[in-house]
Formats: sequence, C-alpha cells, structure tokens
Amino acid sequence: MQVAMTVNGRPVHGEIEPRMLLVHFVRDQLGLTGTHWGCDTSNCGTCVLWMDGEPVKSCTVLAAMAHGHEIRTVEDLERDGELDPVQQGFVEQHGLQCGFCTPGMMMTARWLLDHNPHPSEAEIREAISGQICRCTGYANIVRAIQWAAEHPRVEPETVPEAFAAAGQAPERSGEEVGVR
Amino acid sequence: MIPARVEYVAPHSVTEAVGALVEAGEDAKVLAGGQSLLPVLRLRMAYPSVLVDLGRIDGMRGVREEGSSVVVGAMTRHSDVIDDPLVRRYAALLASATATVADPQVRHRGTFGGALAHADPAGDLPAVAVALDAEMVAEGPGGRRTIPASEFFVDYLQTALEPGEILCEVRIPKLDGEWSAHYEKFNRTAQAWAIVGVAAAVRRSNGTIVEARVGLTNMSSTPVRARGVEAALAGASADAATVADAATRAVEGTNPPSDLSGQADYRSHLATVLTRRAVSRAAHIG
Repeated sequence: MQVAMTVNGRPVHGEIEPRMLLVHFVRDQLGLTGTHWGCDTSNCGTCVLWMDGEPVKSCTVLAAMAHGHEIRTVEDLERDGELDPVQQGFVEQHGLQCGFCTPGMMMTARWLLDHNPHPSEAEIREAISGQICRCTGYANIVRAIQWAAEHPRVEPETVPEAFAAAGQAPERSGEEVGVR
Repeated sequence: MIPARVEYVAPHSVTEAVGALVEAGEDAKVLAGGQSLLPVLRLRMAYPSVLVDLGRIDGMRGVREEGSSVVVGAMTRHSDVIDDPLVRRYAALLASATATVADPQVRHRGTFGGALAHADPAGDLPAVAVALDAEMVAEGPGGRRTIPASEFFVDYLQTALEPGEILCEVRIPKLDGEWSAHYEKFNRTAQAWAIVGVAAAVRRSNGTIVEARVGLTNMSSTPVRARGVEAALAGASADAATVADAATRAVEGTNPPSDLSGQADYRSHLATVLTRRAVSRAAHIG
C-alpha cells in the first residue's frame, strides 16, 4: 500500500506492507536512523518521535496509521548547524553514556519544555517515565533537561531589541500545561 | 519482532467499519490506538487477517454532554480524556485513573474505547467504568445497542461485544456536587500494569459519607464492584477508623489471580490497603 506523510517538514511517500511499523519506515525507507528501535513491548521508548506535535512510541504505530500525519524526528532538532538546547544539555551534563536511549529522551524533553518551560524535577521524571536508560540512572538526563530549561534557544528574529542589547533571552512563550 | 502479514483497511465511518468487519469475518481485528494490540501482534500472540483501523473516523473522538450523562467517544485518546473539562467536572474518577495508564507517550495514542474493549483485568479503566455504572454503546450489523458496564466485561480479555460489533461511545452518568474521587494504583515500576488498583468515588456531606462507589482492578478475571465496601460506607462517619473497617470487605466476591507479580493472598491484602487509601483520599480523610 502507499503511504504519504510529512517528516521533518518535508512530504514523503512510500510503498509499504500494512504490517510495517512507523519506526521501520522512518529508519529503513527514509534512512533517518536517529530514531532507534529497542524493544517489542512498548516499554523502552528509544523509538519516541513526534506525531502531530506529540511524542509517541513509533514501534507501536503502524506506518499506515501515520498516513497523512506530521512526523518529527531527532534529526530535526538541530537548526542551521546549531544544536537544540536539549541536545546541548545532554552534552553539558553528560546525559548519556552509550547513547541508545538518547534520541527518544531528547524528543520527549523538547516537547516537555515547549509546553512547560520550567518543569519541576518530578515533572521531568514523569515525562520520561516511559523511557528506559540503563547507563545513567536518569540523574544526568534530568540534569540535561534542566540545563536546557535554563538555556532556552534565542530566536534572533523574535528577540526584542531590549533583550538582545542586554544579552538576555525572553521567556519562551507557550501554554503552561501540567504534564502527568 | 515484526507483525505477521496482515491486510489493513481504514474506513471513514462506523457503518463502513462494521461492513469491513463483517466482510472480513472472524479473523478480523479492530485497531483503535494500537497500544495494546500492536505489542500483541509484534509478539506474534495473534494473527488477524485484517486490521480495521478506526483512526480515520472523526465522529468517534471527543467528549460531549447529553442530559445527565457525559458521553466519551471510544476513539478519544487518554491524553484528551485527562484534560477534558467535562470529564474533570462530572467523571473525575476517570481523569484520575486515566492519568495513571502506562506513560505519557502511550497516552498520546491509546484510546478509552480501545482500553475497555481490550478488557485486560489489569487495565485501569474497566474498574472505573464498572464503578461509575457506565453504559457501552456498540454498533453492529443489527444496529446500535447499549450494554451496561456490569455486563460488558465477560472474562479475561473478553467482552460482550459480538463479532462485527464496534464499541462507539461510552455514556457515563454525571457525578456532580459533593462527589470526589481517587484512583489508587499499586505497581512496582513506572508504567507497569496495576498489581491491584482501586477506583473510588465518594459523596461526602460534612462528617458523613453519604454514598460511595468502589471498583477493583485485577482482583478477578473481570473488574469487580466492591459492593460490600459500598454498603459499609453508606451513611457512615467519615473518619479513618470507619473507612479502614469498611475496606476489609474489599475482598468479598473477588477471585484474585496468582502470577509473577503476586499471589492471590497478597492481592487480597493489597485490595484492603488500597481501598482504605483510595476512599480516604477521595473523602479527604487524613
């Protein structure tokens, strides 16, 4: 069957078997191997990407179900050669060792901060509660996300001159949504 | 693993979906959010011939008010149920329990109707449906019918839905005014299934519990309504000792399973403890 969807802002299409999982479509057909494939039971969360602006487990979505939808993967976090603050946070705070869980962790972190720019530690831990890391004990992942919250990306075109002059970033806009 | 070969259809209306189910025969499977079904397919525990995906049927999503009921479309996602103002006001128990289902990523895809039709005794929402006297509205080749929650859950992973029938929406009688609610879930790790869960809604007036509804998760092959606890709480004093005493009746009429998460006697103990906690939280005691 044919599927068409938007991935990282670009329209893509492909011929697939109905049983193909979204994670395999993204990795094998589109070559976007940043999204990882970890388990068969929806437990590990390394396959997390965004579907219509929300993190989902792409091993638990058929590619056919994503037909007509918008997908965003970890490859889209970097902008013009500059890392997203979430990516930078993982660098600064040693948020990974082996790195296998990292793409899923970062996609959830970006979504969390977009909706809740100043999350508590409990809110961060709840957001990543469906994702497993076997290296860090989560402590450094939480610190990485906190670092990103403290260093929001400065969008040059949207920075009022007063802020730019003072070298400060305006607070990120966005509805404050409690994350459960 | 990758699921076995399967055909896939994505109808745009319930009528089309019922037609597709009937045409495909008994090996067809309804696909809602896929958060339970897709793991089952990946583990090759099921080999359906056709998946009928309800994800393109817009009319099956959303929450509306109809007289004395809140009506939740079967394809409404958990994340939308949790934040819905009608659910929060009139069916707070559902919001409380849904917030504990799996994890945020799963709640972005999993649906209320899918979780009910899957009928896993360890699932959190069947006990809520039973406690709130919800009514399941199903559509099949013979038209629509309404099934009370008390008759919907037949056995382990089995519901009263007939072949060719689809759960379309769930009608939940409003609990308003002095009602408050809490879902108490016990598991050992994040995102794990409930070893036991207790859904409690309480109507409290000053120092008295006027009325209570209590449903139990994973204490039998189907969700259980804890009628003994409810009887003990009706008209009782809203204090810790009274609630603890009433909670000892939680095991009445249950047949808890024994598995790797716990033996039956352990579950019976948990049911008593968690009932006390759930009712106390709901009634703002302690």
